[in-house]
Amino acid sequence: MSIPTEIREKPSYLSTGILIIGALYCLFPVIWVVAAATKGSDELFSTFTFTPSVHLWSNIVELTAYRDGVFWRWMLNTALYAGVGALLSTWVSALSGYVLAKYDFPGKNGVFKVLLMGVLVPGVILAIPQYLMLAQLGLTNTYWSVLLPQIISPYGIYLARIYAAASVPGDVIEAARTEGAKEMYIFNRIALPMMLPGLVTIFLFQFVAIWNNFMLPYIMLGDDTLFPLTVGLNGLLNQGATAPALYTLVLAGALLSIIPLVIMFLFLQRYWRVDLAAGAVKA
Amino acid sequence: MAATATMPGSAEKTAAPGRPRQAKNFKQRVLTPYAMLAPGIVLFLLFMAAPIIYTLVLSFQQKKVSGLGLGKGAQSTVFAGFDNYVRSLTDPEFGASVLRVLTYGAILIPLMLGFALLFALLLDSRRTRAGSFSRTAIFLPYAVPAVISSLLWGFLYLPGVSPFHFVADKLGIALPSLLNPDLIIFAIANIALWGGVGFNMIVMYTSLKAVPQEIYEAAKLDGASEIQTALRIKIPIIAPSVVMTALFSMIATLQVFAEPTTLRPLANSLSTSWSPLMLVYRDAFTRNDVYSAAATSIVIALATFAISFLFLRVVQKRAFGQEN
Repeated sequence: MSIPTEIREKPSYLSTGILIIGALYCLFPVIWVVAAATKGSDELFSTFTFTPSVHLWSNIVELTAYRDGVFWRWMLNTALYAGVGALLSTWVSALSGYVLAKYDFPGKNGVFKVLLMGVLVPGVILAIPQYLMLAQLGLTNTYWSVLLPQIISPYGIYLARIYAAASVPGDVIEAARTEGAKEMYIFNRIALPMMLPGLVTIFLFQFVAIWNNFMLPYIMLGDDTLFPLTVGLNGLLNQGATAPALYTLVLAGALLSIIPLVIMFLFLQRYWRVDLAAGAVKA
Repeated sequence: MAATATMPGSAEKTAAPGRPRQAKNFKQRVLTPYAMLAPGIVLFLLFMAAPIIYTLVLSFQQKKVSGLGLGKGAQSTVFAGFDNYVRSLTDPEFGASVLRVLTYGAILIPLMLGFALLFALLLDSRRTRAGSFSRTAIFLPYAVPAVISSLLWGFLYLPGVSPFHFVADKLGIALPSLLNPDLIIFAIANIALWGGVGFNMIVMYTSLKAVPQEIYEAAKLDGASEIQTALRIKIPIIAPSVVMTALFSMIATLQVFAEPTTLRPLANSLSTSWSPLMLVYRDAFTRNDVYSAAATSIVIALATFAISFLFLRVVQKRAFGQEN
């Protein structure tokens, strides 16, 4: 018995090799940008593409000098949009999901179904009417115009409902009620901590979704001090078409912008339990 | 406002001796959950429902210019019937962009899901080594926003930068640039493949992990090879996950916007109407014709719904049809 098992469990060079090739393909542009960001603008198109140079620091200094450090503003703006936006979104999703999982009230299924339909609505289709509506309120070209539309997340609510159903026992809520605890107190102090591991996943999802969303800030914002990194770098690249010296700044900027996210991503990797279909079955 | 806000409370107090239970029950049963759902519902109405209705309204309107169109009141908004829809659907640019995006999806989705499934199965195999390194590396591009990945690949496609062109030059072979008009669709598909394969792999891998190990032990005892186990047991078990990833990929494909928009400064061959959403953006903001843009948006949204439902129908009949 044990001999065939051992034979079967012996490492396979083929499958390990295919995975390593996949990994190298995925690392390829990242390794390249590390090298490219160190090049001077005369070297970008002349030296071998993966050969690093010594200009990383001067590129960063130049990038920092560009329009009085607007790049670092973009960095802070991105942290604000994605961080605060995802935090608010997670809280709203958690609260809605918790109520939909744990309360019984007339119209509950209707509310859930309508919210769930939002999952299928192509998000970017909303951007233009959102712009026109916010323009009437005079809110375009403000932080609010990017922050507010991204707080609602039907998918987040859907996930939160599953997490609440699975992790918050009904007896605990009843016990807290008998002791006279207010409903919001029960949610914030008792249910929320119980749902926390699942909420980290919702937070990460929403964080990446906001940080990835290009069209909304691209439409809403005109003032470059409000830009997130994506819109800012896109603009810088556009100017590079006429001033190629900016290309090295674009690449240094690209490198600097992926570093924080990659770090956060590696630390929180275990929270990426993306179980789309099984979630549907459990619900 | 203040008076109405205190009303329910005071009413409850006066009614308390008569029917305390019922009043409290109503509050407990209905008002409390809805009050707690209010943030979600209000945000949903403001930023999802209202924009959809607004788009619908705009799509049936157009600007009417009377006289020379000068002065106040010379321009008014009038009901346009289906004019905008007819114009949008018969616009050759729209047709071309739809065709382009369908081709793009036909290239991208099978490759992306095929590789994601292959990688997930390989990760799940006990004979694979360096699994956690590969898993992290393949998932990493998910953390890179589309604008930045397009920018990185965009440079890598430039013949002056590309290592492939460098090698080909040394060997005396002339490689065509991926940024030329015939190949740009592959260039964009590659960017999306790079960004998406890891996420889909993780989705499938997560559902593979949820399968009880005894099933594999049993298959092994029956003498099934690893490839047989993968084809006959693992893939059917995770089929629902694959269906969901396919659905989400199709919806994302129809909405492709950031990649071609970012590539434009590097590739002259990309028109401002390359994808349907780029066309919508151009109509709304460059041509200031929000009415046509609204109609085109509705067409894209309806097409997305239709494709989603059709796909789920077909897949459900195929995959889960035996039970019905």
